[in-house]
Amino acid sequence: MEAALTKFKNFLGFAAEDDFEKKKTVKFGDPSAAGQGRKWSVLSLIIILTAWVVLCELEIVPPLFWPSPLAVLEKFWTIATEGYRGHTLLGHFLISLYRVMAGFLLGTICGVLLGIAMGLSSVVRGLFDPIIELYRPVPPLAYIPIIIIWMGIGDGGKIMLLFLATFAIMVINARSGVKSVSVEKIHAAYSLGANRWQVLRHVILVNALPEIFTGMRVSMGVCWATLVAAEMVAATAGLGWMVLNAARYLRTDIVIMGVIVMGIVGYGFDMIMRLLEDKLIPWKGKT
Amino acid sequence: MSTPNSHSELRVENLCMTYHTEDGQDVHALEDINFNMDEGNLVVVVGPSGCGKTTLLSTIAGFLAPTSGRILLNGEEIEKPGAERGVVFQKGALFEWLTVYENSVFGLKMRGVDEAKRHERVMNYLDLVGLTDFVDTPIYNLSGGMQQRVAIVRCLANNPSILLMDEPLGALDALTREKMQTLILKIWKETGKMVFFITHSVEEAIYLATDLFVMSARPGKIMKRYKLDFCHKGLEKDPRELKSDPEFIKIREEVLSLIWSMEEETAAHAG
Repeated sequence: MEAALTKFKNFLGFAAEDDFEKKKTVKFGDPSAAGQGRKWSVLSLIIILTAWVVLCELEIVPPLFWPSPLAVLEKFWTIATEGYRGHTLLGHFLISLYRVMAGFLLGTICGVLLGIAMGLSSVVRGLFDPIIELYRPVPPLAYIPIIIIWMGIGDGGKIMLLFLATFAIMVINARSGVKSVSVEKIHAAYSLGANRWQVLRHVILVNALPEIFTGMRVSMGVCWATLVAAEMVAATAGLGWMVLNAARYLRTDIVIMGVIVMGIVGYGFDMIMRLLEDKLIPWKGKT
Repeated sequence: MSTPNSHSELRVENLCMTYHTEDGQDVHALEDINFNMDEGNLVVVVGPSGCGKTTLLSTIAGFLAPTSGRILLNGEEIEKPGAERGVVFQKGALFEWLTVYENSVFGLKMRGVDEAKRHERVMNYLDLVGLTDFVDTPIYNLSGGMQQRVAIVRCLANNPSILLMDEPLGALDALTREKMQTLILKIWKETGKMVFFITHSVEEAIYLATDLFVMSARPGKIMKRYKLDFCHKGLEKDPRELKSDPEFIKIREEVLSLIWSMEEETAAHAG
């Protein structure tokens, strides 16, 4: 019981201050002295929720602009069970998830392959560099008009859009991952009797994994943001579409609920990627 | 421990290495290097920075092709890296995604040696360097000294004719460094391999070498050669005692002043 309580206190950030930390005289500017500040996070969440409840209960803000937390929670339940315009919340989520995953996976596979080729060969690098450098800085949303003209408003267009967003990021990261291998490792592998193919597979590729994974985390975030925006422009289902459609009918409760769900899902993606990273690449940052 | 079935020897003949810099100058990194090595030789090279020590090692390892001259290992000319020449780098050459055992077995695995045989060989050498308790430890959890021991084991596992060591102890703290010097002597004695060793530390060089070469910079030449025998006493006698032996100190000071005068000459030229 005692132990569980301490653990909970630690989780909330109310652990006793480290004795050694207390003895430091220089605290301003020392990054380790700044700490996590988790107790302040807890505090800020409590303040936000309280303010929300108070503002709505006192009817300072009309519910049309900002519905009460209870109303939002209620909407969450109704849409989760009864659905909104043909799909339940899970349905809308799965439709969005399918688009994200398809675009993300295709973009990752193709991007990693091209990035590795560009890292290894100056010919490939020279050939593809102009294209990548030109299209990379363009925000993915800028392609929506042309993609709608080409592919309509179905799933294909959205997957194409997410593919483009992922592809550029993955090419850049895979290429720099390949380049990051130290010449000592390459020399050592050849001296130990490895051939070219083995050096590629057992040294260059494995060595590039941390950077490839960083690219995957970044593009996962970009994909999610881009998809929601794309669904708002052109779609007939999906979380982004649900929010936009609800806004047309001034269903603010559904809008707020949808936005919160999107935020949580995006956060969840990042958590999953981090977890995978810890499991699959434990050596990251430990050279 | 195993000794190579056939006799090993290294011959370096009239080796020259010249390259052009961007501003059109010729740099004579190596000029007319000649020496032979036999089984049981531990050649140590010292010299001021930029004297071409690492270039020399790289040509023997096969990472660089010489401008002229040739290097023969057991009668065969060296053209590219190979498993019969194990290379130990200063740092950063281990594969941090593998464990101690996986790193040690890397060469044998790449070369298709069967599992039972490679396990036996690697465990043998891990035992020699005292790492049997750490087989499953990831590399990044080891201290610098232990990492270098793994680097040596993974070369030995291939049963090479020669070990090429490029300042292998340069990144270690002083105490670990001394312990590792003794360990290197022990490995050299037990395996009977030729060892080609580069270092910045004159004391380390005199302690380890059967043959000590002092190199000069630009052109990189072998200025002076010493035949030494402190390495034969190194395992029986206390290393600190040996290193404070009057004879040891005399040679150390002689080599040091030689290197000092060369450094000053280069500095004067540069100024």
